[in-house]
Amino acid sequence: MTTPGRDPGLQPERTRLAWRRTTLSCTVVALLAVKQALHGGAGPAAIVAVSLSALAWLGFLRVAHLRVLGMGTARPLPLSARGALTATACTVALAVFAAAMLF
Amino acid sequence: MNEFVQSLRLWFAPQRIRDEGDTPDYRFSLANERTFLAWIRTALALIGGGFAVDQFLPELAWGIRAGLALALLAAGVLCALRAVNHWVRCERAMRRGEDLPVSRFPTLLALAVGVVAVAMVVVVLFGWEGR
Repeated sequence: MTTPGRDPGLQPERTRLAWRRTTLSCTVVALLAVKQALHGGAGPAAIVAVSLSALAWLGFLRVAHLRVLGMGTARPLPLSARGALTATACTVALAVFAAAMLF
Repeated sequence: MNEFVQSLRLWFAPQRIRDEGDTPDYRFSLANERTFLAWIRTALALIGGGFAVDQFLPELAWGIRAGLALALLAAGVLCALRAVNHWVRCERAMRRGEDLPVSRFPTLLALAVGVVAVAMVVVVLFGWEGR
């Protein structure tokens, strides 16, 4: 992709790859959450836990996807605070589910 | 503490960050964003570790397992919250042309991870048979 005026340090590309890495980490954690939830069989509580984990994962995926799309230009806008907060909230939600599933 | 309350207000009123100073070079914003993502990955890794301790060490006594998992999960939550806080503070400092905020959080996190690792070694050496 050789758009005129692209950044010689490839900052948008690096940022896009950082989002990809982070999404992959989030996927691993979400899969661990699903594995944990289904450990004791597929009861109603397990279904709820799986759905909530999937929701947190999808929330993260949405932020990452919008951001990756936003990186397509030569001079991307800075990350919005809402995006940062959503990503953090999804991360924290996965941790809270993990703690809840311990008991 | 006042600084923290100000940051907290910025978390929930993000448009206010645009009111101050000038928009910095987009490359600085992107670098700040990548730092934020690196901290989020660290948080996710800690949370994943919490899940893993619970799932892959069934031989451990329940109390030790839950304690280790909770310690890792709490560290992950702190790390994620701190990531967004630090991101907001850096973004604001760049807009105002101030120095970037310094933090003792990396040291504290390193110490916490070290303590968990030592606890794990002790558990593996001595507490394995407790059920």
